[in-house]
Amino acid sequence: MLPEQAPEQIDVGAVSRLDTAGAWYLARAQKAGSRITGLSHAHDQLLKTVEQSIPEPEPPSPDLPFWRQFLEYAGRRTVKSLGYYRELADCLGRFLAACLRVIRRPSLFRLTSVVHHCQETGLRAVPIVFLMSFLIGVVLAFQGAAQLSRFGAEIFVVDLIAIAVLRELGILLTAIVVAGRTASALTASIGSMKMREEIDAMRTFGMDPDLVLTLPRVLALIVTLPILGLLADVAGLVGGAIMSWITLGVSPPMFMVRLAEIDVSHVIVGLSKAPIFALIIGIIGVNAGMHVGKDAESLGQMTSSSVVNAIFAVIIADAMFSIFFQVVGL
Amino acid sequence: MSVENVIEVRGLRNQFGDHVVHDNLDLDLHRGEILGVVGGSGTGKSVLLRSIVGLITPAAGEIRVLGQDIRKLSGAARESVERRWGVNFQDGALFSALTVRENVEVPLRAVPGLSERDRRMLAGLKISMAGLPVNANEKYPSDLSGGMRKRAGLARALALDPEIVFLDEPTAGLDPIGADAFDRLILALRDALNLSVFLVTHDLDTLHTCCDRIAVLAEKRVLATGTLAEMLQVEHPWVHEYFTGPRARAAMTSDSGGAL
Repeated sequence: MLPEQAPEQIDVGAVSRLDTAGAWYLARAQKAGSRITGLSHAHDQLLKTVEQSIPEPEPPSPDLPFWRQFLEYAGRRTVKSLGYYRELADCLGRFLAACLRVIRRPSLFRLTSVVHHCQETGLRAVPIVFLMSFLIGVVLAFQGAAQLSRFGAEIFVVDLIAIAVLRELGILLTAIVVAGRTASALTASIGSMKMREEIDAMRTFGMDPDLVLTLPRVLALIVTLPILGLLADVAGLVGGAIMSWITLGVSPPMFMVRLAEIDVSHVIVGLSKAPIFALIIGIIGVNAGMHVGKDAESLGQMTSSSVVNAIFAVIIADAMFSIFFQVVGL
Repeated sequence: MSVENVIEVRGLRNQFGDHVVHDNLDLDLHRGEILGVVGGSGTGKSVLLRSIVGLITPAAGEIRVLGQDIRKLSGAARESVERRWGVNFQDGALFSALTVRENVEVPLRAVPGLSERDRRMLAGLKISMAGLPVNANEKYPSDLSGGMRKRAGLARALALDPEIVFLDEPTAGLDPIGADAFDRLILALRDALNLSVFLVTHDLDTLHTCCDRIAVLAEKRVLATGTLAEMLQVEHPWVHEYFTGPRARAAMTSDSGGAL
């Protein structure tokens, strides 16, 4: 290692092999005022090459005080997240514009593609959505029964299950499952096309990615999520009814009678949220896919962030819906 | 004057399933020379490179690197040979999660007693020797152009001052000016560091500018070795086509004071 004070003279006559690290050491010593003697021709060449390539030290970046670093970081993050909302608005705008164009010229509409994506995001999600919702109904009945039987109000377990499943849980949990399944699939499929410049190739043929990629995928989600939500409602009620029968002895006919007295507005409130959730999931997924860079790493990053964002956005939207319906009195 | 062979391949046989890539292949790399390895697509140029550096285990044959049979080496002995060569893959094969400087630091981390500051500065020196600007140090591979990635890969291959450098199509996909600069860089580094270079290439200009000898892979073996001038005398139809085709003539006449 380099001593603090450069020696006056360094003799390398006895050195047989010199690597770049050694040459670098000699070059620095020479700069500090040492005289190098005994260099063979080859070593001299190497020393010259290294001398020429020693990089100019970069100007040290000024050290900002902590509060300025903090402000700078906070500012960057704020601008970045505002930019993200702008991206989402842009993506939503493109989707709506594509919808309008298809309405004006129905020949642009790709029915096959929509049906295909309905199958992918809808049909294939049926088993997991059904099972999940069924089990939620079972759990609600079981837990509800344990609490309500202490007041002798076992029969109200029907109200508990019906309102919880129809109004909130059925559609919210379905949306979360679909956000996990489909937002990631959307980002991965569009992102890998983006990565391999397929989307740019598409543009050169005059094919509009908004029409060809975004529209069918988001539309398929908007069509299938309410259907999945309805299935989840049914599954939840069936699960609840079976469990009520087993633990409380509430027979299915009695369950039906009680269920008929539940206001239908709960179902309307629940299912009316579905298309909005679908739109949120679709736009977030597609937007993330469109912002994938050139390497596989950004594909992975975008896929995971699209799932997280979609689930988060669905929950936020659900909270806003519940305030909204409270205010309008539904 | 006797020549020292840093790589000696004897009777190499590589096969995947029924598909025989190499059969009874012999090849030498002399110390301090740049050997250009050419061959049509699918003749196993990259397979040869990979079997020499031990990424592929050949079916038969002997591969001696720096006097030692690498197939019989293991553990520390193997590592000490591996430190004496550097490999630059086609697209640099940089670690995408690390910056260029950190990429070059990876092999340097194996050196005992090297302080972090010296390691960083040595990495910076190698990057600069590979012809990259200082501001490339903190960039990630995804932010670099193809040519810069190849240079960064070369900087990493040179990190431990190897005696042998393997380059897999270093000029493929570069524009002529970038390719020419890369050729000159290889020549300059060879002269400065006394490297032996195993260069897989398709680029006739590179063969013309850089290579001391050329080895032609065809018919599952090294069909011919020699200088560019000697290649013109080979009677084999593929070799003839390769070295006397219109592109080859253009490459050889472009430099009036060339090897011919």
